[in-house]
Amino acid sequence: MNNTDLKTQLIADFKTAEGRMNGEAKSAVHQVRQQALERFDKLGFPTTKHEEWKYSNVKNLVNQAFEFNAVTNFSAEDLAEMPIPNLEGNILYFINGVYNAELSTIVSPQTELQILTFAEAAKTQPQLIEQYFNKYSDYQDNAFTALNTAFAQNGVFVHVPENKVVEQPIIIRFINDARTLNVAAQPRNLIVVGKRSEVQIAEAFRTIGENASFTNAVTEFVVAEEANVHYYKVQNESDKAYHIGTTSVLQAGKSVFTANTVTANGGFVRNNLNIKIDGEYAEANMFGLYIPNGKQHVDNHTAVDHAKPNSNSNELYKGILKGKSTGVFNGKIFVREDAQKTNAFQSCKNVLLSEDASMNTKPQLEIWADDVKCSHGTTTGQLNDDALFYMQARGISKDSAKALLTLAFAQDVIDKFEIASIKEYLQELITEKIYQD
Amino acid sequence: MLKISNLQAKIGDKEILKGLNLEVKAGEVHAIMGPNGAGKSTLASVLAGRDTYEVTGGSVDFDGTDLLELAPEERAAEGIFLAFQYPVEIPGVSTTNFLKTAVNEIRKYRGEEPMDAVQFLKMFKEKMKIVNIDQSLLNRALNEGFSGGEKKRNEIFQMAVLAPKLAILDETDSGLDIDALRIVAEGVNKLKSPDNATIVVTHYQRLLDYIVPDFVHVLYKGRIVKSGTKELALELEERGYDWIKEELGETV
Repeated sequence: MNNTDLKTQLIADFKTAEGRMNGEAKSAVHQVRQQALERFDKLGFPTTKHEEWKYSNVKNLVNQAFEFNAVTNFSAEDLAEMPIPNLEGNILYFINGVYNAELSTIVSPQTELQILTFAEAAKTQPQLIEQYFNKYSDYQDNAFTALNTAFAQNGVFVHVPENKVVEQPIIIRFINDARTLNVAAQPRNLIVVGKRSEVQIAEAFRTIGENASFTNAVTEFVVAEEANVHYYKVQNESDKAYHIGTTSVLQAGKSVFTANTVTANGGFVRNNLNIKIDGEYAEANMFGLYIPNGKQHVDNHTAVDHAKPNSNSNELYKGILKGKSTGVFNGKIFVREDAQKTNAFQSCKNVLLSEDASMNTKPQLEIWADDVKCSHGTTTGQLNDDALFYMQARGISKDSAKALLTLAFAQDVIDKFEIASIKEYLQELITEKIYQD
Repeated sequence: MLKISNLQAKIGDKEILKGLNLEVKAGEVHAIMGPNGAGKSTLASVLAGRDTYEVTGGSVDFDGTDLLELAPEERAAEGIFLAFQYPVEIPGVSTTNFLKTAVNEIRKYRGEEPMDAVQFLKMFKEKMKIVNIDQSLLNRALNEGFSGGEKKRNEIFQMAVLAPKLAILDETDSGLDIDALRIVAEGVNKLKSPDNATIVVTHYQRLLDYIVPDFVHVLYKGRIVKSGTKELALELEERGYDWIKEELGETV
């Protein structure tokens, strides 16, 4: 199957699905879907000629066939094989992109938190969905976002009303079951957090099975004044998994949004994180860690758009690259003319543990205001030889010394995780991956 | 315990050790002195196994083992300890965690059972007294932001924990004030026993007021050119190195 074929298949799928709709085809949400499909048709899948995809070639992805509506016999027993120990909170499971109510648990009271599947919310709360849907993720230039928008029905809608501190975290586990066939999922998540409210949300992606998996995820956050959101994205997918994910955030004044993106495993990963700070005295934090090995590819594109004065953004991404893996970091900072007194800091640090691994970094700063503090720095190097020798001279083998140093390098990003179960899970996952060849 | 014969080593194209001989027996303290650039630190690094130096000739026998055949971590497990002139700062790894790993890897090498947390706690407490080091320092990242004195005390603390057969102190006195010097030297003296040996590499005599050597050697241009007792160190302090160069027939 070539590029055009997957595209043709998807467009045909869309028409078929549309044909089965009743009144919904006329809904505002569906109007957006139609426009997105048209846009997808026009854009097509990107090639490396596209500036934003220069180092991330999706050719192998679009040349494979995927089942977008796979129904597999994934069960609670299968889930037991992939535990996250001590997991507590609101736990939602999506299998092959479809919500599984049987496996999921919602513990927070309705007054604190509403969690609905996207499809459910579109039916019961169309006005809310219409108000927020696709206001933040731009599909005009991104074929994958356009594609996700066109098919948006699976995923979750989370609504935290005003003045609520949500005690229990929300953990959404997306599992693609590729044991019998190539599966694709396109989750669409919308998280709306009211004024002065606080919530922690983790998205955890996993695949099982030997076949290929494709996740094309879009998550939108609307963060109202003085709200505080901790967002975690954890990727532990297979070597045959393709993951294209976009997280788009709109922040109002005095809000705090913190994103922690950890890619422990995955064959081909592209994460877009776009934050627009549309209010004063707000703070955006972007932390990331990626540890590709073998022939894995991890690409993080981040963009923070300072549209209003007096706000801060901090960014720290760290990469550990092994084998023949490749990494990309592209960090954009926009400071608009109005956004005086902006502080924006960006740093990307990488360690190459093999001579065949490579990393491409590109900071992009566009600053239109004159009274701002911005800094950026990227480093790519090897482990410190002096430190390695020092450890060896104390009896620690070279491999252990490397692993200890590497783990120490990663630790400050791991420590930013505030959901204990997820942090422990990550600590183990990352330690294991670091000790692996 | 240690027998170095005709040791030659270079870094890049530069020959630094040019046929060095030295024998150290259990229970002895040897001081190696010499002018800058004589090869003192090179000798310490070569014995510890630093691979930036290439050994081009000679042999090093350590209690019947060919030391030059071993990786640095194997030498440590065999009982060699190098106290670094410039201890390396390692962010993100605490001293205790680092030492627990080191101790258990060495025990594994020797076919011994790993120590558990309780045993470590007990041992660390005993050893901390020897160099008067504080627990809070050990909880911090290894050497990160430590003062010069704290770094050197930490080196001796590590030495106490690892209990080596042969300790090589590379310019341990550099960057220390007199009080810190005294604490470090007392620590070294407390660790002395008839079964272990110490090589003190130093530029100045003052450390030898506190760690009294049995033998003093002058290292010059990659060889040991003169050996004596502690009086030799005093003489060097008083007269410098020129008279040694003259004895060697060099014009000063």
